[in-house]
Amino acid sequence: MQTMPRWADVLLIPLISLLLAAFFSALVILAIGENPIEALNIMVSGALGSKYAWGYTLYYTTNFIFTGLAVAVAFHARLFNIGGEGQATLGGLGVALTLMYLPWPHWSLALVGAAAGAALFGAAWALIPAILQARRGSHIVITTIMFNFIAAALLNYLLVNALKPMGQMEPATGKFPEPTHLPNFAEMLAPFGIEFSRGAPANVSFLVALAACVAVWALIWRTRLGYEIRAFGHSEPAARYAGISPTRIIVVTMAISGGLAGMMALNNVMGEAERLVLNATENAGFIGIAVALMGRSHPFGILLAALLFGFLYQGGAILSQDTPIPVQLILVIQALVILFTGALDDMVRKPLERLFVALRGTSARRPDPRGDADVVGPGTTPTENPRAYANRTGDD
Amino acid sequence: MDYATLLQILDATIRLATPLLLACLAGLWSERAGIFDIGLEGKMLIAAFAAAATAAIYGSAWLGVLAGIAASLVLSGIHGLASITFRGNQLISGVALNFLASGLTILVAVGLFRESGRTPPLSGAGRFDTITLPFADAAASLPIIGPLYAEVLSGHSILVYIGLAMVPLTWWVMFRTRFGLRLRAVGENPAAVDTAGVSVIGLRWAAVAICGVLCGLAGAYLSTALQAGFTREMTAGRGYIALAALIFAKWRPWYALGSTMLFGFLQAIALRSDVIENLLGFRIQIQLLDAMPYILVVVFVAFVGRAVPPRAGGEPYVKER
Repeated sequence: MQTMPRWADVLLIPLISLLLAAFFSALVILAIGENPIEALNIMVSGALGSKYAWGYTLYYTTNFIFTGLAVAVAFHARLFNIGGEGQATLGGLGVALTLMYLPWPHWSLALVGAAAGAALFGAAWALIPAILQARRGSHIVITTIMFNFIAAALLNYLLVNALKPMGQMEPATGKFPEPTHLPNFAEMLAPFGIEFSRGAPANVSFLVALAACVAVWALIWRTRLGYEIRAFGHSEPAARYAGISPTRIIVVTMAISGGLAGMMALNNVMGEAERLVLNATENAGFIGIAVALMGRSHPFGILLAALLFGFLYQGGAILSQDTPIPVQLILVIQALVILFTGALDDMVRKPLERLFVALRGTSARRPDPRGDADVVGPGTTPTENPRAYANRTGDD
Repeated sequence: MDYATLLQILDATIRLATPLLLACLAGLWSERAGIFDIGLEGKMLIAAFAAAATAAIYGSAWLGVLAGIAASLVLSGIHGLASITFRGNQLISGVALNFLASGLTILVAVGLFRESGRTPPLSGAGRFDTITLPFADAAASLPIIGPLYAEVLSGHSILVYIGLAMVPLTWWVMFRTRFGLRLRAVGENPAAVDTAGVSVIGLRWAAVAICGVLCGLAGAYLSTALQAGFTREMTAGRGYIALAALIFAKWRPWYALGSTMLFGFLQAIALRSDVIENLLGFRIQIQLLDAMPYILVVVFVAFVGRAVPPRAGGEPYVKER
């Protein structure tokens, strides 16, 4: 029996957390002498006010779906992959190498090839921390953070030295060949007679991201591997007892996670820039953490959370153009969302639970002090949320 | 490499190791009490900003240090609230605080100075001067030992000596006082401490607060002593390196001194590409040198051997069962 109805758990709590984050962000905006209401208006019109704006919002959404899924898959095995940024950077390298050194006759084939390259490179970058965690017990949080720094230095080195075309000053690759151009929304929608902004970067990889959501859902809740990942996440001793190899689960989960983060490069490197530049990921790897927490590690939740962060990111960019508020406002909002939905979950949850118990009368059972948290996070106690998964699987 | 170059590098080692040492001891206090703290980086960053901003406005480096400690304590308070009071996930809270610090420092810099992610450069009393230790000038003429004392040990800012003094102080409090014993017990077996009638919550809050103070010192040192003013993301991963140094030191104060000095030495030598080139006989790419501390962290963490963290680390304490 639950203390709260399901809708409260999956909708009300994230919503309250979001409002809290918005409230504190508004305080920050006030503190630096700007008007938060006006700022919100600028963000809404800048991110949702036109087809052009939507084209950018959905472009960022695509990035965040990939990185959010990456963090979520690792969360299910109770691994905290902070390395999405580095894995996405390496994914970009994979895309660039595939597209530059192989001849592609048509974009659809190039998309498949680039996806394989991106996933392979991203997975490889996650593999070393995974093996170190599984074999040596090195803390994956520390190693993945270090791999972010190392990825940045590696890409810097490659772009400055090996990948830069002759005679070019800027550390970037040359433009990818013409046949690898991915259709953007305007080109995709034109055959249906729908007009869309030509300048906006949203492209066909948005559909790939949606497909990835379905694939991750199927993987986690409809396959044997997904079951093993969740079992391992719940209780390592129990999983071990059931014959699940911890080493295998850690390595495979991290490879899938890194591969998903790497596939973000389909959108930003192949779809938008059409060449590899420095710092192409623009923090999307880190935003994935907030997206996964907000989306409760469920692909549908991640889709919604990614949309929200796409709005915030594009709105924040427009805000920094029109007002003195710097674009780093998004970092503060991101931090507050992670804080309220991830770490301070109980602060919102407990009073609500008490409220629902009181509303229902005395028949309700007193809640177990820590059993009702529905956050699938990398907690250190395997027994932290015994009922979370059971609730969720029933509804899918 | 001649002796003079070695002395220069050792001198830089001490300067660069100090923020790592303070942050590492901060992490040691927190983790010994069972609270993981990924947020060392963010606390240092916000302290560095608060210290530089205060020093720039009021022209006093000491006021800056106080402001840095206060800012760091605010983040410690949030971390304590999340991980002690509301029993949230300590890793997630730490990550959130790092993002919060990195965003807030830039936003507040715009609000205060109309400059994005910077404070005005500090000078005069806004910055810590170097101190010459007693007899440094007289000792300099002694062979070998003399220059080591005069050039490596002497001539740092007061915060460096405070940092060094924190090592024996931490050791003494943690291993020779009742408070330290209880604090360590809370990190290993909080239920036992609770049974003995000592407040687990109180001890953990104390540890988190001490961690905040030390991170505040580390951050203030960065912006008011090591450099003259705050620049965006100036901590550059030092909080994470300190965590790695803590694992390498196996959560012991004296080992922490050794491991942070080692990482400081690696950072110092990475700045001297000319010396490396002379030693190795070939040129190393600048990007590899930049990545070196991070690569070494991974190598050290991977091959540290058995490093056993405090047993109750990362677990919120639940009294009723």
